[in-house]
Amino acid sequence: MTTVDLGLPTTGLQHVPHLPDDAPAQTKRDFTSDQEVRWCPGCGDYVILAAVQSFLPSLGLRRENIVFVSGIGCSSRFPYYLDTYGMHSIHGRAPAIATGLATSRPDLSVWVVTGDGDALSIGGNHLVHALRRNVNMTILLFNNQIYGLTKGQYSPTSRPGTVTKSSPLGSVDAPFNPASLALGAEATFVARAMESDRAELTTVLKAAAQHRGTALVEIYQNCPIFNDGAFEVLKDRTQQAARIVRLRSGEPVTVGPEDDRRVLVRVAGGASEFVPEAEVGAREVVVHDAAADDPSGAFALSRLDSPEMTHVPMGIFRQVSRPTYDDLVRAQVDAAVETAGGPATDDDLAALLRGRDTWTVG
Amino acid sequence: MTSKTAQTLDRVVIRFAGDSGDGMQLTGDRFTSETAAVGNDLSTLPNFPAEIRAPQGTLPGVSSFQLHFADHDVLTPGDAPDVLVAMNPAALKANLGDLPRGAVLIVDTDEFTKRNLAKVGYAASPLDDGSLDSWHLHPVALTSITVEALAEYGGLSRKEKERAKNMFALGLLSWMYTRPTDGTKSFLTKKFGANPELLAANLTALEAGWSYGETTEDFASTYVVGPAPMPPGTYRNVTGNTALALGLVAAAHRAGRPLVLGSYPITPASDILHALSGMKRHGVTTVQAEDEIAGVGIALGASYGGAVGVTTTSGPGIALKSETIGLAVSLELPLVVVDIQRGGPSTGLPTKTEQADLLQVMFGRNGESPVPVVAAQTPADCFAAALDAVRMATTYRTPVVLLSDGYLANGSEPWSVPDVADLPALDVGLATEPNATDDAGEPVFRPYLRDPETLARPWAVPGTPGLEHRIGGIEKADVTGDISYDPDNHDRMVRLRQAKVDGITVPDLEVDDPTGDARVLVLGWGSTYGPVAAATRTVRNAGSAIARAHLRHLNPFPGNLGDVLRRYDRVVVPEMNTGQLALLLRAKYLVDVRSHTSVRGLPFTTVELADVLSTTLEEIR
Repeated sequence: MTTVDLGLPTTGLQHVPHLPDDAPAQTKRDFTSDQEVRWCPGCGDYVILAAVQSFLPSLGLRRENIVFVSGIGCSSRFPYYLDTYGMHSIHGRAPAIATGLATSRPDLSVWVVTGDGDALSIGGNHLVHALRRNVNMTILLFNNQIYGLTKGQYSPTSRPGTVTKSSPLGSVDAPFNPASLALGAEATFVARAMESDRAELTTVLKAAAQHRGTALVEIYQNCPIFNDGAFEVLKDRTQQAARIVRLRSGEPVTVGPEDDRRVLVRVAGGASEFVPEAEVGAREVVVHDAAADDPSGAFALSRLDSPEMTHVPMGIFRQVSRPTYDDLVRAQVDAAVETAGGPATDDDLAALLRGRDTWTVG
Repeated sequence: MTSKTAQTLDRVVIRFAGDSGDGMQLTGDRFTSETAAVGNDLSTLPNFPAEIRAPQGTLPGVSSFQLHFADHDVLTPGDAPDVLVAMNPAALKANLGDLPRGAVLIVDTDEFTKRNLAKVGYAASPLDDGSLDSWHLHPVALTSITVEALAEYGGLSRKEKERAKNMFALGLLSWMYTRPTDGTKSFLTKKFGANPELLAANLTALEAGWSYGETTEDFASTYVVGPAPMPPGTYRNVTGNTALALGLVAAAHRAGRPLVLGSYPITPASDILHALSGMKRHGVTTVQAEDEIAGVGIALGASYGGAVGVTTTSGPGIALKSETIGLAVSLELPLVVVDIQRGGPSTGLPTKTEQADLLQVMFGRNGESPVPVVAAQTPADCFAAALDAVRMATTYRTPVVLLSDGYLANGSEPWSVPDVADLPALDVGLATEPNATDDAGEPVFRPYLRDPETLARPWAVPGTPGLEHRIGGIEKADVTGDISYDPDNHDRMVRLRQAKVDGITVPDLEVDDPTGDARVLVLGWGSTYGPVAAATRTVRNAGSAIARAHLRHLNPFPGNLGDVLRRYDRVVVPEMNTGQLALLLRAKYLVDVRSHTSVRGLPFTTVELADVLSTTLEEIR
């Protein structure tokens, strides 16, 4: 990390052309393509699509400067339904393709749509390297804990013991926690939202779009065909409050309804536990700091999660500023061009071709 | 000073051989530059192990550099050296087999210790047992003379002084062949400028080597190889990888688009990544990717955004990139995939050359996914081949494979630097507005509406208002680009993609047949150009008529190729694989071509090919 001010952009959309002030306001309709949406009835993807189509106008960007790149899987059909530029690429490779696009085109708002299999299994390498590099793009990871498009095999986020066509006796694979993985890769923006919580999802999407660098948003999404009800305990109004930990930077980490609030406090050895509010006393309360340079606190929060979903953090785990790969790459090229007196002319090219060691004949 | 004679020679082949740590590649490079400055035509062949530093003094650790220079045009690095410089017993043992009897042999006697001899299995020193009597042996105590010459440099360790022995050897050879050393001196000044004592020591060693030749009686004569007649122009020496990098930059410059390279380090392609990463001033962006797949993905993403997207690799990397190349076939976006072939399968021979990726790049993808294939034929030709690859990719909106190989990549030759104004102009013609009207008469954009001539689809880059569209790897409906599973549409799209590649404009194959009555044609492709041309010359000098042609375009083939093949009684196809082009020719043209193949990790020798051609000529006599 550099301490020198390179004059690099600080927000995700800084170089993306916005609509003029007097332009008619965009609506959801402007972002809806003419393609027939072909997900299964009841699929959580419909809800996310509607949320994204409704949210995009709020960015005020020129539509032609928005690009959605996806991999393979149910979620990856997403770009077809948005009337922006879009590429439905190949399994797991969307972050790599988006890296090439974002690095060469600072004027684009680049989005990656992926799923748990696409991003964490076949494309795991590209995901961690995108996060490590901090390329300016927003990755929406639809996590339904199952392979949908291949008709129901367990995925790298399936709970242990999940019975599927390829695991008739229950899956014995240890699952990834996507937030922990991203934080381990030193992602600068990591958040989680529920497909069904439109308000929270929209808040997170907005923050992710504004973030300069790679933003990873994990979205819990129900697959009604192969893994129905995977997140039911989080949607169930009677259980929701006791399980969902709503992360608010600068505030104590709590869970539970008003009348039964539990507060996260530190325990010996650096761990933490939820205790009833009344029992907090002199104990050190864990206050969420999404902007902390050290990702350890955010990582610890991501570990509250478990396959049983006893406590599931939602919201923004981490939101820090670090120079982005694409900005730094462009800065080097721009500086080289500027130092040399502007874009290369034919004479400059001729000098390059000649090199330093020539001889003349005739 | 002893008086020395000067003899004139028309050509010389020198091989420098030593331990990987002895600086033989550097010595060879410097001697090459000196030779270029004299105006000789030349060709080089570096040969080094895949290990960076194999155990010192062992056979696997031997690194060599061969240079062929002449007062006439040179086609190959030479079959066998006239002079071998062997810096240790391992270098002697590994290279002596290639040295014809009577050739000059210069050895560093200091390295012929009991221990070093034992390392390579010499029971007695070959310097003493008479086993080298058939060669013209010059035993020189290179190391100790160098150290002695550097006695005054108190700040340098013995090891540092010893390391300058390659400069001593270079000085000696420069004297022998009357090469100017000014270029080497300024090179050393740049290299060691920060360390004046080391610089002075290296310069002293270089001069000591020169003086040694001049004063010792062991070397009776110097040799002069006059300049070769070359077309007027400005020349420089280039390796294939340098020429290729320059070609890519020049093409992007002419196209007015930025060049973006996505690449993962791999031998022998990495030098292109190195070269391009130093050309930022020319608007070149290089991304060192996390793997081969990301390298091509980054290139494709950049192409989607309107750049000239390039990825560089070798055979194993092509295997990994295949799926993304297939995506580019479906997306119909420009993409240049550079394959610097090396020995395979698997890791194979990373630092040795081969031409065995032809069928991989032709067919190594799922489904019907035709890709144009261009092959460079000499190190300098890599420049023109790169321009051609970018032209095809941008004009036809297709991935293009550019084939080079380890021999071209690291080998070098003089290159007549072209005028920028003479380079082909590349008008990429990005789409800027709708290209059709819908049923209601409203202007719309149809991403798969093709140019009737080239069959290329529009290249509409994000940021262009009104042309928002979606593309992907699922089969497209013709014209609209919507997802389509319709059987007839798929059949049509497969044939359209094939027709587009088949219809790429490539020049007719030129046949070199001076007498016009040859009955045998030798047809090469890629880096066999030099050896095939040299062998053809040998056969013709012996009085036989033979025709020669060389393929730059492997897909599509030149339109007249079938006619050319059928014109001859015999067609001989030499390849550094087991007959891949021969397979394609037989399948497409039903011509019974004769395959001559070798997969030794080394280019063909002129003698070997001339022999094959003579035998073929005998057969039909």
